[in-house]
Amino acid sequence: MIRTYGPVVLLIIVLALLWEYGVQWFDVPHYIIPTLSSVATALWENRGSLTHHFGVTLGEALIGLALSVVTGCALAIWMHMSKLAQRLVYPLLVASQTIPVIALSPILVMWFGYEMGSKIAIAVLFCFFPIAVGANDGFKAVNRDILELMQTMGGSKIAIFFKLYVPSALPSFFSGLKVAATFSVAGATIGEWLGAESGLGVFSKRASGMMRADSVFAAVILLSVMGILLFLFVKWLESVLVKPNKI
Amino acid sequence: MNISHPAAADKGDSAGATGTKAPPALLEVDGMTFGYNVERTLLDNVSFRIQPGEFVSLLAPSGSGKSTIFRLIAGLLEPQSGSVTIRSGRPGKGGKNSRLGQVGYMPQKDCLMPWRSVLDNAVLGMELQGVPRRQAIEKVREMMPSFGLAGTEKKYPHELSGGMRQRVSFLRSVVCGTEIMLLDEPFSALDAMTRVDMQEWLLSVWEQYRSSILFITHDVDEALLLSDRVLVATESPIRELHEIVIDMPRPRSYGDTVGEIFAARKKKVLELLHFGQTSSSNANRSSAPVRTQPSREEGIG
Repeated sequence: MIRTYGPVVLLIIVLALLWEYGVQWFDVPHYIIPTLSSVATALWENRGSLTHHFGVTLGEALIGLALSVVTGCALAIWMHMSKLAQRLVYPLLVASQTIPVIALSPILVMWFGYEMGSKIAIAVLFCFFPIAVGANDGFKAVNRDILELMQTMGGSKIAIFFKLYVPSALPSFFSGLKVAATFSVAGATIGEWLGAESGLGVFSKRASGMMRADSVFAAVILLSVMGILLFLFVKWLESVLVKPNKI
Repeated sequence: MNISHPAAADKGDSAGATGTKAPPALLEVDGMTFGYNVERTLLDNVSFRIQPGEFVSLLAPSGSGKSTIFRLIAGLLEPQSGSVTIRSGRPGKGGKNSRLGQVGYMPQKDCLMPWRSVLDNAVLGMELQGVPRRQAIEKVREMMPSFGLAGTEKKYPHELSGGMRQRVSFLRSVVCGTEIMLLDEPFSALDAMTRVDMQEWLLSVWEQYRSSILFITHDVDEALLLSDRVLVATESPIRELHEIVIDMPRPRSYGDTVGEIFAARKKKVLELLHFGQTSSSNANRSSAPVRTQPSREEGIG
């Protein structure tokens, strides 16, 4: 435990000290970079509203992530089943990622409104791509020899899909899901920035309007914690679901 | 191409392919022709048969299309002309793929699912055939000791040695209960010592279960040690299969590979494959008396 996480904890402590005393030493204005201690104070003083905003953003990110898993997997399965779909959808999928989502966001807000819908939509736009690509690559990584063996055993297509393709695709799917988990927080926050009632994005936008850099940093730290938590959750899920996958 | 199986030869029926007096072969390959593309034919009018309970090896140089023969027999590919008939008495999967599910196919690599334990890997075939899980597990558990796999049920493939993985792979094919099994160079990836070990082990297991086996190899000693008959392919594309009957008594062991019959049969195989030409004139003379049934080697010419 100490050997694994010791160095990173040490690095964080050193960076925190540098932050705290560097800002004081160079006399940086508090609205440019607040000291770490003032950020901690802001975290503590706003704990009530921050908890509420945290919950809202987490909810949007989780729903967005869940919808991305559904749409991403559905796309991947469709592309797996139909060569035509592979040829049609895959290029579009890649093209969709070249569109700057932020530029598209105002339209999404017009479509889905200022409520939760537009935040979830933006989170999905961020998240479904790594999931779809991960699952798609996973299906392709299937061992052809085992596939042929199962065919000679008289396995049906459905049986082969669930007993071979799905387990084969899981590692790659989870790689995509881990990336998506961290993206989902960013997607939800951007959605909130464009206009919302609550959420950490709104909180930080309001705080920056009031030149309260300490509160902005407090929100940013919480968003980062949220991303890490989602990542760890996916990693835990992976350890439960994915059996040893190498020989 | 006319190879007669021993039963037909005994009855003096020289045209084995049309031998009406012989009992129906379990596997009958008749005039099979196949190539992946037009320019390169791999198999040209190949015929052979396998009787129930027979162990037959197909000896051919690497890359000559041996594995393609298996893929054709198993039903993964269809011959461009000719036919493959399996009289297994179990229903096929219908349509043109009626051979799928009728033969036990043990591929070159062990092809174990890394995410499944030994036990779960071994029941795969029965699982796909719809055998109830409890019954399948019971059957596998029963057979594990004789396969030298006792106590490995919960292990994962990466925890096993190459030899042990091949045992699991073989067990998986055997428990499917098909009358005929195709083994595609199963021991080629193993080191020499382990290979000998596995060959002796396969002999003992097979002598116990006695299903028909068609065994592909490019290892002459392996083919001779294990088989009732060896079919030698000498040219590419594979046209004729030269049959050599290995009339050594069973049970056999690795010690038989230094015996007289073995040496004589091996000489014959090497001649067919055009190896050891320099000393062949001498060797032929000295081994001549041992060749008891020269008439059985019919494929030449």
